[in-house]
Amino acid sequence: MGELQLMKGNEAIAEAAIRAGCDAYFGYPITPQSEVLEYLMSEKAYERTGMVVLQAESELAAINMVYGAASTGKRVMTSSSSPGISLKQEGISYMAGAELPCLIVNVVRGGPGLGTIQPSQADYFQSTKGGGHGDYRLLVLAPASVQEMSDFVKLAFDLAFKYRNPALILSDGVIGQMMEKVELFEQQPRATTFDQSWVTTGKTPNRERNIITSLNLDPVLQEQHNHHLQEKYERMKAEVRFERYHCDDAEYLMVAYGSSARICQKAVLLAREKGIRVGLLRPITLYPFPSEPLLELSKQVKGILSVEMSAGQMIEDVRLAVHDTVKVEHYGRYGGVIHSPEEVLDAFMKKIVGG
Amino acid sequence: MDIKDIIKPENLVYKRTPLLTSNTLSYCPGCGHGTTHRVIMEVIEEMGIQADTIGIAPVGCSVLAYDFMDIDMVQAAHGRAPAVATGIKRTWPEKFVFSYQGDGDLAAIGTSETIHCCNRGESIVIIFINNGIYGMTGGQMAPTTLVGMKSSTSPYGRDVAFMGNPLKITELVAQLPGTCFVTRQAVHTPAAVRKTKKAVRMAFENQKANKGLSFIEVVSNCNSGWKMTPVAANKWMEENMFPFYPLGDMKVDGRIVSKELLSLAGVKTE
Ligand SMILES: Cc1ncc(C[n+]2csc(CCOP(=O)(O)OP(=O)(O)O)c2C)c(N)n1
Ligand code: SF4
Ligand SMILES: [Mg+2]
Repeated sequence: MGELQLMKGNEAIAEAAIRAGCDAYFGYPITPQSEVLEYLMSEKAYERTGMVVLQAESELAAINMVYGAASTGKRVMTSSSSPGISLKQEGISYMAGAELPCLIVNVVRGGPGLGTIQPSQADYFQSTKGGGHGDYRLLVLAPASVQEMSDFVKLAFDLAFKYRNPALILSDGVIGQMMEKVELFEQQPRATTFDQSWVTTGKTPNRERNIITSLNLDPVLQEQHNHHLQEKYERMKAEVRFERYHCDDAEYLMVAYGSSARICQKAVLLAREKGIRVGLLRPITLYPFPSEPLLELSKQVKGILSVEMSAGQMIEDVRLAVHDTVKVEHYGRYGGVIHSPEEVLDAFMKKIVGG
Repeated sequence: MDIKDIIKPENLVYKRTPLLTSNTLSYCPGCGHGTTHRVIMEVIEEMGIQADTIGIAPVGCSVLAYDFMDIDMVQAAHGRAPAVATGIKRTWPEKFVFSYQGDGDLAAIGTSETIHCCNRGESIVIIFINNGIYGMTGGQMAPTTLVGMKSSTSPYGRDVAFMGNPLKITELVAQLPGTCFVTRQAVHTPAAVRKTKKAVRMAFENQKANKGLSFIEVVSNCNSGWKMTPVAANKWMEENMFPFYPLGDMKVDGRIVSKELLSLAGVKTE
């Protein structure tokens, strides 16, 4: 068994970054994720592994520092919360276009605008449908525990390099701030093991110059590049991950990710105490979305409640997955308010069982 | 004499550096961008650092600099080249990193990145092409557009009360402790090109010695944006740009040498 520690979700992200052999972190403070940069500094990550840690002058600068370091093949990351992630969108779009691997962490807070510093899941559209301009997708992982905050850092880096694509950890203020026991993975070397033929580290006589760009003035070439990207996003669907909870005998289903999934686990148990057989499907990857397992499950259930701390974003993917064959409703408190298991159960009884 | 006799190697007086590709330049004839590219590539060739140099291309007319410079390059979002350069230099401190940026890129949308990169003293080189206008997008007003100067978004001339003052960002960064070498040059005559080349060489030598950030402004023409012939544009530049943007070193080896800046700081010079 690995080393056990009691940590906040944000600290687990930072510790995992050091252990995953991350080469550089660039970030800008914002609640509720400032602990990531604070932890990297107080832990002296730069001494532990030689990792670069830099507080940038803005999220714009931070994401473009990530872009620069990623162009050279480094394992590089940034983290922020909703308003900061909005600022980063141009840079993320450039990275998707230039096919640069990196890790972005969003510890979501309530919006829109400056909103609130309390937890939210209202950045689902931004995370899974692109976010910035152009046709692109990120690999999106949704941790539901502090343990997964740690584990997914490593996983996200591996996937980002496998597909040469930015990966996003979509967390929220609950998971970022809560403390749980974490089993930390072993320190990995800061070694690059992937194909480095494309990196810009200086043109040596044995190869052509390497260029990192997202520009194609010829629309036909740009269309070809877009085709290539779309093919890649199709291939990324092999990475779909999800968790089933009490699904085998379920006659109703809840779908929830992140902290809402934790709340729904409790709601499922409360429903089962009443003799109603409810299951929970927890998408772990939000892009790719677990549409097929959801379609399978939909065949055995009478109704589905999509639960999210938003006005209803993920429900669109749930509905698309089940092709309107079964009733699907949304429930969630939002704008920074967290729903309780009882509230979820109540909505479930009214909207799905009773309705 | 036959042409074959003339082109003998021993008669060679000038040769294009192999670090410029044979791609046709996308710049308007007479534009200063091409000459500045050449100067930078000559310095990189002479220092033998091609294998260790990474350049950052901006958004602007020089967005395609990577088509012409035979080095590894990264194209940055509009204004963000200093941040991109920081990301590279911090993770590869032993490499040579430079950004190449226009005045809209560096002094409008990217002002924050410029100031903070200079203030952190990142050990990089910034080449700043000041043509007083947004060349690429068709001649709109830039932060550097002179008072009274016409552009497509100041068609009756820049009016300070309405549009604000032109920004001398080079004078600004010279005062930051992170900059080591700050100079303003031009490339409109052979003599000016020689001086610019000397400055570029010094900038890369500074980077080699890890002395801090070197910042080279090149006051340049944009004959298309200014709607002049190349010759008239150079003359107009000498008569109008140079008085407001005087050429010369502002800071050398971390010490301010410009009389204008010293007097601003209250230091008496004779
Ligand atoms: C975010 C963003 N805003 C605006 C533009 C449009 N744009 C492209 S180049 C440019 C101005 C470039 O002017 P300058 O930096 O002076 O370079 P020059 O072309 O004069 O060399 C603008 C506004 C853009 N590409 N991206
Ligand atoms: S538009 Fe101006 S800056 Fe651009 S290439 Fe032409 S002359 Fe040069
Ligand atoms: Mg310009």
